[in-house]
Parts: sequence; structure tokens; C-alpha cells
Amino acid sequence: MISKLFHHLFKHIDAFLMACLFFAMLLSLFVLYSASGQSVDRISAQLINMTVALSVLWVAANISPQKLERVALILYVLGVMLLIAVALFGTISHGARRWLNIGFTQIQPSELMRIAMPMMLAWYFASREGKPSAANFVIAGLLLALPVALIMKQPDLGTSLLIASSGFYVLFLAGLSWRFLIGASVSLMALMPVFWSMLHDYQRRRIEILFDPTQDPLGAGYHTIQAIIAIGSGGATGKGWLNGTQTQLDFLPERTTDFIFAVFSEEFGFLGNMLLLGLFSIIIMRGLMIASQAQSTFSRLLAGSITLNFFSYAFVNMGMVSGILPVVGVPLPLISYGGTSMVTLCLGFGILMSIHTHKNLVAT
Amino acid sequence: MGAELKNYQHEQYYFRVRLGFAAVAVFALFALLAFRFSYLQLKQYNHYQTLAENNRISLVPIIPNRGLILDRNGAVLAHNFFAYTLEITPAKVENLEQTIAEIAKLVEISSLDRKRFKKFREQSHSFESIPIRTHLNELEAAKFAVNHYRFPGVEIKSRLFRHYPLGKTASHMIGYIGRINDKDLENLEKSGDLSNYKGSDHIGKSGLEQYYEKYLHGTTGFQQVEIDADGHAVRVLSSNAPIPGDNIVLSADIKLQEIAEKAFGDRRGAMVAINPKTGEVLTYVSQPTFDPNLFVDGIDSENWKALNESLDKPLINRPLRGVYPPGSTFKPFVALAGLEAGKRLPPYSIQDPGFFTLPGNRHRYRDWKPSGHGSVDMQKAITVSCDTFFYGLAQELGIDNLTNFVRHFGFGKRSEFDIKGEIEGLLPTPDWKKRRFKQPWYPGETVIVGIGQGYTLVTPLQLAQATAILANQGVAMRPHLVTEIQNELSGKSQMVPHKILDRVQLNPDNVEIVKRGMVDVTLPGGTAASVGANAGYSIAAKTGTAQVIGIKQNEKYNESAINERHRDHALFIAYAPADDPTIALAVIVENGGHGGSAAGPIARKVMDYYLLGKLPAEEISKEAQAQAAVPNAPEEALHD
Repeated sequence: MISKLFHHLFKHIDAFLMACLFFAMLLSLFVLYSASGQSVDRISAQLINMTVALSVLWVAANISPQKLERVALILYVLGVMLLIAVALFGTISHGARRWLNIGFTQIQPSELMRIAMPMMLAWYFASREGKPSAANFVIAGLLLALPVALIMKQPDLGTSLLIASSGFYVLFLAGLSWRFLIGASVSLMALMPVFWSMLHDYQRRRIEILFDPTQDPLGAGYHTIQAIIAIGSGGATGKGWLNGTQTQLDFLPERTTDFIFAVFSEEFGFLGNMLLLGLFSIIIMRGLMIASQAQSTFSRLLAGSITLNFFSYAFVNMGMVSGILPVVGVPLPLISYGGTSMVTLCLGFGILMSIHTHKNLVAT
Repeated sequence: MGAELKNYQHEQYYFRVRLGFAAVAVFALFALLAFRFSYLQLKQYNHYQTLAENNRISLVPIIPNRGLILDRNGAVLAHNFFAYTLEITPAKVENLEQTIAEIAKLVEISSLDRKRFKKFREQSHSFESIPIRTHLNELEAAKFAVNHYRFPGVEIKSRLFRHYPLGKTASHMIGYIGRINDKDLENLEKSGDLSNYKGSDHIGKSGLEQYYEKYLHGTTGFQQVEIDADGHAVRVLSSNAPIPGDNIVLSADIKLQEIAEKAFGDRRGAMVAINPKTGEVLTYVSQPTFDPNLFVDGIDSENWKALNESLDKPLINRPLRGVYPPGSTFKPFVALAGLEAGKRLPPYSIQDPGFFTLPGNRHRYRDWKPSGHGSVDMQKAITVSCDTFFYGLAQELGIDNLTNFVRHFGFGKRSEFDIKGEIEGLLPTPDWKKRRFKQPWYPGETVIVGIGQGYTLVTPLQLAQATAILANQGVAMRPHLVTEIQNELSGKSQMVPHKILDRVQLNPDNVEIVKRGMVDVTLPGGTAASVGANAGYSIAAKTGTAQVIGIKQNEKYNESAINERHRDHALFIAYAPADDPTIALAVIVENGGHGGSAAGPIARKVMDYYLLGKLPAEEISKEAQAQAAVPNAPEEALHD
């Protein structure tokens, strides 16, 4: 009886992926405890975030891909409208207009777009008959460009680029021609100097510092420099949990959110980093496997995009904290403190599980 | 259905190919990250480990206690006490004026404090912390501490202050410390001591405080402190205790010093007394004095102006830097030069007509006694200070022989004394005159050197040292004030060795003749008979006067008619007891007139206390709390 109930409750949960997520979340709690100066309040708050996120995951896992396919267009239109509303009536904080006040709370419509965008494009390609034509890609490109431009305007460069990439993954998986891909990247490279020459000196300077933080060690570069020191001084095995000097003595900024990877890296060293990369790789592998086994165009494109998007976040965050990518405000997925990103991620994983567990029997 | 399935399989195949590409890209980029981590954490580990350690570890200097300055009996002349100061780092304060005004609402800040702060600001860098108020009491310190958060860049510090408990007494000898300035930093860097001054604000600026800086300062300790990103200390990692500075013990007796300074009254001048056998300086007076406490935390402009612009020049260290013509106090040395050259040996005598003329020249070199001294031999010449006798002797010796001889007595050169800033004085020679004035040497100039006039210039220290060398039979000991350097920590002490600077070969018979002449000076009939009256020990002495302005050939010197500051300087040298001297001294009273009457009594008070432990009359009456009437000694010798 109980096992039957159990089976019914969790029949859409992928045990392997779930185990990986639990492990990552446990890691998150440990690192957060150290990064927050052993704050139990932070841990409790993160536990609540996780509970909410896992509930969302469960709900999403129980919604079939067919249902998702039907709401894709509505979600996209709603998202774009909210983004326009943000541009018009959004509240400004930290010099950017990202939030929309809807009376009882504030929402960040760009977060919705992280899921709505791949769903929309996956729906679009699924609704076309046969091999997508060049015109289809152009229209898909426009569907992609509109919200990206709106988010870039806020300004939120990091999120807009990541949403652009999540859309791009759909286009790529849908079969965007290699010729176009190569041509586009070559012409982009060629246009780089032209673009550069159009910039003002101060803008160039900002970009230079973005790529080389040591040029401004006390200003914009301070965060990255301290993070690199934290990572490097972690050595092979780390300074030990709660023993990172850069972390515990406040040298690391934003250490519970965007820079939490530096805390992890300082206290657990190269070994810990390899473990984390391994964990992320396993999650991505599982996601790609689910995508390759998905039965409909919509679900395989969506699963592929969600998985690769998870990779984007992980790569960009670790890249920026370790100084090989410019600093854009991107949290480390599953580890950083914060409810929104945790919920969005789990929504994605829920959809993956839904795709994996709602299969029709197909005659082979 | 079949086509549809085929189409489906085809599509899935293409999708999987694309997915494969994506997987390769994922692993390539993760490999890139892994490579980056291995670079930072394995290859560059030491580099980043060092940077992390530099981030968190701060070396905090611990300033050592400065050594004490003690007199020969252990009386404290310079010590330290703890007090609070309020310091501002201008670079960290946005509106300095407003901040000071706000602080003034909490603790009193006088206009002198503001002026001093302003002066320091001009002299220091904006990132140095500068005191706005010193010596805060507990209540004031607490009041500020409560409001500290309102004043970023303002710190309350507890530190040691230097204090000179005797105030104005012996200030030229003790000297003072002051805040380290750029010049001091440069010197410290040159001598390689800069690291030892991390955290030190003060350094010896003059007197013994300056000369013995390296002993007094001590060795700075260090604390390794773990700090957080805001620079707050989290915990002490290791600590290296400072080594307190050494105490220095003087040969001077501060009681003797007080007696000597009091004896000067409000007259200007200098006095140095030396133990001729050891070179130990017993008293070192420069009048007027100043309060060295004013300088410790920077003197305010009003006090500075008053001291600096005073006609009495209280800041000049007269024994070292005051130059005076030696006048007749030069005669014993000229006498010895003559005797050692085989001239004027007994029973040689002259008939003194009251003047001297060079052969073939009508210019008269006048004796101070117009009628002359009658028959004069060497001993009497010293006793009565016969100018005529020494004019002739100097002329006969010649300037080079004379200066070469007296140079052994320390004239015209520095003495290795343990206060910096000694100046050479001047022993004139034809060579010197040629260089200085591009003029030949005239025979008449040799003549007047015989009585210590002309270009000859000496410092009081030189005069005392020359007297000590004479008293010590020609053995020149290095004059010094510090006899002992005590290490407070180990309890060990190091004696400053007595050093022989020079050994003048003298015939004891000749020294005896000069001594007898000088002893007679303090006996009835001598130029300082009053100084020797009822002494109870024999005193060998010589008086002198030095002209401040020149007197024309047929003019008469009228003391009362001349402006006080143009009066002659009174000089006096002596050693006692004459047969086995333990004290040799020189006194100069500026514009004091006659050596015997103005400078002699000062010397007598010092010798009485030093040799007999006898306090001057006014001191006795004070100590006895009685108004005992002590008759003044008759002042019979008005001339020298």
C-alpha cells in the first residue's frame, strides 16, 4: 500500500538525476555554511529555497510534455509582455530595471524567459513540417532576438547572453546549417575591429578591465583578483572546510552568491573542483541522454536546450570566478545562495524528468 | 506510416549527431576549466598562497620603551609615561576643518593645538597620522571612544610620552626628542635603521637624546596579527617582544647643575666642569635654558617664536656652539708654550712700562694697567695677567709655534664630546688668514694672540677641556657626559671607557710655574682673590675679559657708558684642588664685565659643592628655613 503510494508519488522522478541534485544541494549547504560565516539563518533560508524548488520540480515532472507544448506560446507571449512592462514600469535597483512590482511581490520576468524561450523555440520547430527551412531559422532568430534585446536593455548582459545561448542551443539542435554557423562566426570576428573602433575610450577601458581585472586592482578588478587568490591558495587539497582565510576574513566579495565557487575552491582545493566538475558532467550526461531518448521534436529540443543551458551557467560562473571569463552576474547552479535561480533550475530538471518519464510506447 | 517512421528515425539521427557535437564541446570547455584550476592551484599554488598570507597577516610594530636618562646619583632627567593622544590621518578625512570642529565639541582643542596640527600638516604626508590633541585624560579618552564611529580617520592612541621632569634645568645637555621628519627618515635609511623605527614617531633631536639615540631607542618588537579585509585585527599569530632602550647614566650631578645654573641668575653664558683625570663632565651649563618638554610633540609657533627671536638666544647650545675670544684665560697656555720652548724660564723677568712696541713701530700695545706692573717674571705675569709680558712672548715665539703648541690643548678642533654640533673655534695662522681674507699676516696680529685676542675664538667646552688638560699634566682625556649604559632587560651595564685623546709632553717644572701663577690668582693680590677667599682648598685659576666691540687706540673703556650687550664678556678658568685636581672648569658670563667678579663666584659655588659638598649661602638659608645673614665676600679685584 505504502510502496504503491510511493510509486505513484515518485513515478515521474528520475532517481539517478535526483540523487545527483541532492548531492549538489548538500554540497551547497556545506559551502554556504562556511561562506556565510556559519550562519544558521542562511542555511535555513536556503533549505526553504530548496524545498520550494523541489516542489516545483515535482509539479513540473508530473506535467506531460504535451501539456507543456501547448502552453509554450502563451508563456512566451506572457514573458515578452512582462518584459515590455518592465521596460515601461519596472523598478530600478542597482542602476538596472529588472523587477516588476505586481502588488504583493516583485517578479523578475527574465527568469521566466529562461524556460519560456527554449520552450517557445522547441514548439516552433516542432510545429513545422519536415526539415526546417532557412526561413524557419530566420523567424526563430527573430523570436529569440526580441526578449534578448529587451533584457539587454535592462541592462542585464549576463542573463540576456545566457537566454540567447539557450535559444541558440535549440536552433543548433534543430539543425542550423554548419555553413551558416561558420559564416556567422567568421563575419562576427571580422566585424570585431569595426565594432571596437566605434566605441568610446571609456567603454573600451571598461571592456579591457572586464577581460583583464589586474588593470584595476582596487576597483572593478578587486573581486576577481581576490577570487583567484582564494582559488590558487586552495592548492591541491584545499585549506579545509571553514578554514579558508580569504573566505573567513572577508576578502572574498559576494561569497554566498556569485563567488561561492571561490569559497568551495579555497577550502576543498583542486580535488574538490574536480569532484564538482565530475558531478556537473554526470548531470549534463544524464540530461543529454534524456534528450537523445526523447520521443518528440519538442521534447528532445527542450531537453537538449535545458541541459546545455545548465552547462552554460556552470561554465560561465566557474570561468568568471577563476578569471578566464569577464565578470557577469551569474550564480553557480545548484550551489549559490538564492531562491530564484534554484527554482528555475529545478523547473528545468522537472521538465527533463517529465520528458523522460512520459514516453509513449513506440513500435520499433 | 513507414515513411513517417523513417522520417522520425532520420530526424532523431541528425539530432543525436548534433547532441554529440554539443557533448564534445561541453567536455572540451570543462577540460579548459580543469586546466585553469590546475594552473592556479597546482602550478601557481605558492604564488597565490603567498598573496593570501600577505592579505591576512599584518606586521604590527611594538614600540620599545625609550631608555631613561639618569644623573650620576640616579636622579631621573628624562622618563616616559603613558597617555592618550587623538590623531588624525588627513588622507582619510573628507572635511578636515569640520572634523576638528566636531571633535572640539567633545574634547577641548586649544588654538595652540590647532596651530601645532597645522604646522605638522605642512611638514608631513597626508597619510601620516598627526596629533590634534595630546595628553587626554581618561574621561576625555572615554568621551571620544564612545563617539569614535562618527570620525573615520581619527584614532585615539595610547602611547608613551617623553617627559623631562626638571623642565628647564640642564636642557642643553639632555636635549629633547621630537617627531621624525623627512630628514630623519633619510638619515635612518642611510644608516639602515629604518626598519627599527617602524611605528616610532619620535627620535632624539638634540643633546644626549640625539647622541645616544641608538642606545635609548631600543629594538622595535613585532606582532604578527591576522587581519580581516577591513584591516581589523582578528587574532595574534606570533609576537616578538620589543627590547627597551638602554638607560644612560651621566657623570653630571644634577644638584651641581642646579647650583651652577642658579649661580648664573638671569645672566647669559656657559660653564663646563670636567674631571681632568677621566674627562667626565660634571656640569654643563648653557644660559638661558628652555623647557625641552615644549618640543616633544612639536612646539607651537608662539613658543617657538619667543625662543627663536629672543635676544638672549636661549636655543644656542653655548658650551658647544658659542664662540668667544678667550682673552686672558689664554695666557696660561701661552705661558706654557714659552716655557716649553725654553723662553722666560726663571729667573727671567721684564720691566713693564705699561705697553709693548714692536721693533721699528710706534704702535703701542697697551697693558690693561696703564702704569705697568713693574718687575714681572712668568709666575707674576700670570698672577697679575700682565699683557706686556705676553705680547713680547708671543712675538718671540711666533704665531706658528704658538698655535701648534696650544692646539694640543684642544683649541681649534673638535673634542669627540658626546653631544653633536660641536664647532671648531679658531686658532689663527698666516695660512688661515691668506685663505680666508687673501691678506698677509701682520706681526701685530701675533702680539695680540698672546693675550687671547685677535682672531682667536674658543668655545666654553674647549676652554674647560684645555684647563683640564693643563690640570692633568698634559694628558688630554676625551670629555664625555655619559659614563654608563645600562641594559634594563638584562640588568647588565656597560661603562663608557675613558679615552686619552692626546698626550702633550710637558716638563713638570714648567707646569708647576704656571700652576703657581694660577694659584696666586685666587690669593690676595691676584685678579680673583675673592674667589679663593676662605675656600679651604687651593684653586688654580685665571680670569679673562673678552672685548665685544673694539676700542680705539686712545679711547678709554667705560663700562657704565656702554650698552649692556656691548660690555665685555667675563671669563674664568680654574682647577682645584690645585695639587691634585678633580675638577677643571671654564665659565663665561656674556657681557659680564670682569672675569674675577662676574664669572669667578659661579665657579666657586660649583667647586665648593663638588669638593666640599657645601651648598651656596642662599641654598643653605633656604634649606634651613632661616634668614641667616651671610656677609658678601669683599670684591677687591676689579681688574684682571
